[in-house]
Amino acid sequence: MKKEKKNKTYTIAVCGVLTALAMIFGYIESLIPIPVPIPGMKLGIANIAILTVLYAVGPWEALIINMIRITLTSMMFGNFNSFLFSMAGGILSMLVMILLRKMNQFSMTGVSVAGGVAHNIGQIGAAMVIMGTSAIIYYLPVLLITGVVAGIVIGIVGAMVTKRVKLGTKLEN
Amino acid sequence: MFKKKDLILIGVMLILCVISYVAIQFFVKKDGSRVLVKVDGMVKYEHQLNQDTELTVQGYQGGENHIVIHDGKVSMTDADCPDKLCVNMGKISKTGETIVCLPHRVVVEITGAGDGVDSVVQ
Ligand SMILES: [Zn+2]
Repeated sequence: MKKEKKNKTYTIAVCGVLTALAMIFGYIESLIPIPVPIPGMKLGIANIAILTVLYAVGPWEALIINMIRITLTSMMFGNFNSFLFSMAGGILSMLVMILLRKMNQFSMTGVSVAGGVAHNIGQIGAAMVIMGTSAIIYYLPVLLITGVVAGIVIGIVGAMVTKRVKLGTKLEN
Repeated sequence: MFKKKDLILIGVMLILCVISYVAIQFFVKKDGSRVLVKVDGMVKYEHQLNQDTELTVQGYQGGENHIVIHDGKVSMTDADCPDKLCVNMGKISKTGETIVCLPHRVVVEITGAGDGVDSVVQ
């Protein structure tokens, strides 16, 4: 009973810290100029924090924190359109990552790559629907390759962060 | 760091990337003849690619995008959107190429003679 209570406090604390971290990453990302102008392309640095929540805390916490992050980031640095596109990408990537994590066949790198690609596809899909044009689909190859490369890097960094967060749990108990 | 299945996943993504790239280069990209400007999903302007002109488009819920057609190429020369991605997209002239301004919901598309991009894809 006591232990359960402690874990709850710990979960809330970790979630708070990682939400803040996700937002800082999102802000840093908005400062980095992307060399190729492609609509909907993101490096997804904030996904480092989201991946950590997914592995260190749980899938639903990760989903909720991601939605909070997207809403707050769009309110501060974006507009309603960017909110719609980010939300479509964010939810699709989150569902894919939760599914792949549950399957237990992939490491964090694989989960992160699938999430990165799903994010870009979700954004471009939303853009196709909202802007009423199928021609945006021709950005798909670029979005696939950037999703894979960014996903690999973010998966590796995410694994490092998760290891430290989990280490913190062990020291606590 | 990597499991075998990770590498398979990454491999599949890269193969899909190459296939879609090759397909677009060989089957979609052809010399275009018309320029379509859509705002929020509706066609607002239509123009011949070989007739030089300049036009200013009102974005969805405000904002302006300045579009130039010159020498058979289209470019977005100016826009008051926050990200300016559209202005940095350069010149387009082939079917399947687009200039997109997400904040203003403006898309500039190139299409072939009779039919739109949609029928090219099928
Ligand atoms: Zn723009």
